Amino acid sequence: MVFSRFVEVGRVVLITYGPDAGKLAVVVDIIDHSRVIVDGPTTGVARQAISFKRATLTDLTISIPRTIGTPALKAQIEKQDLLGRWSKTAWAQKIAKREARAKLTDLDRFKLMVARKQRRAIVGKALGKIRKSK
Amino acid sequence: MAHAPTNPLIAPGVHRYSRSQAYAKKALFKKAKQVAPAKAAAPATTKTVQVGGAKNNQTREVPLVKAPRFYAAEDAPVPKKSRKAPRPVSLRASITPGTVLIVLSGKYRGKRVVFLKQLESGLLLVTGPHKVNGVPIRRVNQAYVIATSTKIDISGVNTEKFTDAYFKRDKVEKKKATEEALFEAGQKKPVDASRVQDQREVDKAILATLKKDRILRGYLNASFALSRGQFPHLMKF
Repeated sequence: MVFSRFVEVGRVVLITYGPDAGKLAVVVDIIDHSRVIVDGPTTGVARQAISFKRATLTDLTISIPRTIGTPALKAQIEKQDLLGRWSKTAWAQKIAKREARAKLTDLDRFKLMVARKQRRAIVGKALGKIRKSK
Repeated sequence: MAHAPTNPLIAPGVHRYSRSQAYAKKALFKKAKQVAPAKAAAPATTKTVQVGGAKNNQTREVPLVKAPRFYAAEDAPVPKKSRKAPRPVSLRASITPGTVLIVLSGKYRGKRVVFLKQLESGLLLVTGPHKVNGVPIRRVNQAYVIATSTKIDISGVNTEKFTDAYFKRDKVEKKKATEEALFEAGQKKPVDASRVQDQREVDKAILATLKKDRILRGYLNASFALSRGQFPHLMKF
């Protein structure tokens, strides 16, 4: 097993605990083996030291110099389309799906149930045909 | 900050100006004098009674209400007077006419019903509609109800005749149980024809809107239940 996610300047982290939970941030500097300085001008994360107890590494990185300032970091994030790349990952899509499901109202849940029933009927029918032909 | 007093104390209890000087300073003569209204005479508690006997002075004052002959040996505890007055029941903001509610208790628990209006007693007037899910026009307590965000247009519904009195039951005198009556008890009493008519009239407009939206009709027909991993306090309705 080879590691591919490293603690490095420019590494994108997802904050999982505290007031910023669920937001993306970028590692700007490394303090020690468990803490880094992160900044997230586009996601509303203030520049701060954060422990890896409160954040997880993602596969994404952006190329930035060490201790880059917040305005310059913002420009780099937009230039390298960090949020666009993030939204394409399976991880981000899973989170988006979970949020969409939590937002469903009672009527929406009913509609979903009906739609799943219909899909089941179609798939089941097609599957039966295949089984018979074999 | 308040200004200095016009009539300051020069020593505790002694004012700088006399009563008449203070009267002039405050210009109280400009104000209309308040005259206390004459007090009504207290109702009579005694009456004069003629008495016989030459030495008895002919008349005597006798109390109107006789004093009790016996007093309790111990003071009876007097219950505390409550100064709380019942306030009118407020309706939850999420419930407006036409809101689909989920009934949580009673015979129709789990049913999705349409809210019509709040009655004077604070109870909610709801209907199934009866044709869709079997819930008649009835009253439910808003504490036992979940309000959903779904609203149905009920502008064509007239709910004027439905009051708390409408739901009052006629008192049936209890008869002595006989063998016949006991076996008859199992039989169902037919629903009053006028109630059936009222139900039909109210549901008519709602059914018309449901006809246009088949999913909404199916939604009202389906009953509500929680499945694995669903927590009502975390869910959106």
